[in-house]
Amino acid sequence: MEQFLQQMINGISIGSIYALVALGYTMVYGIIKLINFAHGDVMMIGAYVGYACVALFNIPFIPSMLIAMVVCSILGVIIERVAYKPLRNAQRITVLITAIGVSFLLEYVMMYFVGATSKTYPQGALGAGKLSLGALSINVEQVYVITTTIIMMIVLQYIIKRTKLGKAMRAVSSDQDAAQLMGISVDRTISFTFILGSSLAAVAGVMLGAMYTISPLMGVQPGLKAFVAAVFGGIGSIPGAMLGGILLGLIETLVSAYLSSSYKDAVAFAILIIVLIVRPAGILGKNVREKV
Amino acid sequence: MKKAKIVALCMAAAMPVSMFAGCKNSTTNANEIKIGLNYELSGDVAQYGISCVEGIELAVGEINAAGGIDGKQIKLVKIDNKSDNNEAMNVATKLATQEGVCAIMGPATSGAVKATNAVATKYKVPVISCSATADDVTIKDNKLNDYTFRICYNDSFQGKVMGDFSSSDLKAKKAIILADNANDYSKGLATAFKSSFTSAGGTIVSEENFTSTDKDFNAVLTKIKDKDFDIIYLPGYYEQVGLIVKQARSMGITKPILGADGYDSPDLAKIAGKENLTNVFFTNHYSSKDTSSEVTTFIDAFKKKYSKDPNAFHALGYDMAKYVVAAIKTAGGTDTAKIQQALANTKDFDAVTGKFTIDAQHNPVKSTVVIECKNGEQTFRTKIGG
Repeated sequence: MEQFLQQMINGISIGSIYALVALGYTMVYGIIKLINFAHGDVMMIGAYVGYACVALFNIPFIPSMLIAMVVCSILGVIIERVAYKPLRNAQRITVLITAIGVSFLLEYVMMYFVGATSKTYPQGALGAGKLSLGALSINVEQVYVITTTIIMMIVLQYIIKRTKLGKAMRAVSSDQDAAQLMGISVDRTISFTFILGSSLAAVAGVMLGAMYTISPLMGVQPGLKAFVAAVFGGIGSIPGAMLGGILLGLIETLVSAYLSSSYKDAVAFAILIIVLIVRPAGILGKNVREKV
Repeated sequence: MKKAKIVALCMAAAMPVSMFAGCKNSTTNANEIKIGLNYELSGDVAQYGISCVEGIELAVGEINAAGGIDGKQIKLVKIDNKSDNNEAMNVATKLATQEGVCAIMGPATSGAVKATNAVATKYKVPVISCSATADDVTIKDNKLNDYTFRICYNDSFQGKVMGDFSSSDLKAKKAIILADNANDYSKGLATAFKSSFTSAGGTIVSEENFTSTDKDFNAVLTKIKDKDFDIIYLPGYYEQVGLIVKQARSMGITKPILGADGYDSPDLAKIAGKENLTNVFFTNHYSSKDTSSEVTTFIDAFKKKYSKDPNAFHALGYDMAKYVVAAIKTAGGTDTAKIQQALANTKDFDAVTGKFTIDAQHNPVKSTVVIECKNGEQTFRTKIGG
């Protein structure tokens, strides 16, 4: 039992990271119907910015994370303006290929500057040691990851439900033309969506980097997993992305714990396929009829 | 008119070919001996490739300064295989056919060397690796790859030594094996460790897997944490090992963690954290803390040229270059069949990584070193075999 609870904590902590990245995928998809494949790489840039702040300039962890969020937001907006905006009325496949191109560009430009070998944040950047809760012992890093994710999600819910910009996002997402007629600036709203998504990715990147190692290709694997999590929960749905991320993390951990870590991807993807057969829109996705 | 155009086009198309042909002749200089380097200079395992090359260049620099081979200077033709097995095969083909080298050093990893075996046999050019440790690099299905050699011991030997060491020296009775079952290196070590540890009376409590794309190993570590065991055998490369050691220690697993030469990198301590990297043992080709005169001379020369401490790959690269040059000298020229003979017949060759003799399977018979990590520092524990 105790081991099971411990494994649940492990799973939620991995899932939190997936959820943070998945939110970026789902928000961008909700608003411009684009799978932004460069999203995982924005996370990677966030991890490097955080690394530069913590390791090279000795800035404390929280301000470093804020700097990474700002840098990634700017990067997200630039990517949208330069690569996606000119193609807004092009075929969807064109934009998708562009997104993959941007992803490679970020990976290899970064590799050119920092090299292919991985780097490590200073030990204990995200805190070290463990908390004891009865028989359970929780790693301090995991506590930080889970708390940060919860805070980020509350803030995000607030922005989307309670602010004018959030309202504009929801309006653009449900009908772009009608929103424009009501006087909402679509371009600004889309940029704002990229800012939100990219800064969440930066948070995920900095935390991943502090716990593990960073390299120019570090965004690929979590990016792909987060994309799966977003589809799992229902792409376009924000609570869906959160749920999808946490569930994916839990499934992976429980499979590693009770079967074998070699099967964890196979089982996770098998569940994904079953969910998509039963509910094609994902767990919390809405079945929207295509407008003709 | 049209015909003339076509002829002109054909001529234009043929030009680069004839230019290359001319090129080849002009670079083959009678006063130099060309040796190819097929190495991982970029990509995943670039650190291994670059280290080997630095060792080789140090050795060749010394040999050339001392007059080369019978007055001929050695020219190294260095090509990057981008840590890709197919690319390694292409590079070997290019070195053998277009560059006309008399021997090829590299690649660094077992998979890449296996990919070049066919090229070595086809063009009869010796391929020598200083770090490919998989058992089936030189011999596969009882068939010897005539033109493939190595100067490092194989995985079976490393796994066996660690199995013996853990039962005789650490007095361990129960072990957990945690291996990457998608990786030949890790699997080979695990199998060899298992057979020597159990034949010495130990039991394997549990065998678990990890995958190299993972960064979070908490699930599998939580699983083994409460089991009853004395040691963990963890064959792998420093990137995963570093993270696993860090996560295991911060979870409260303090038992010894054992592994092989893939641990040898200064990054291991950085990734794991100095205070976590303690009670960790691994087999290696040499230790920079060894005080024999061959080792200290090498370390001084290396530090002078590169201003850093050499690792095992540097030492192996250095030894391999000396070994290949000695064989070319014995062969009395660049006849590749004679060089192959000389490589195969090498006996009691004095090297930084220990005196070795090449056996019938083109493996060196040599000693191995067990290194113990204490608070992130490598210390020389013992020397076994040889």
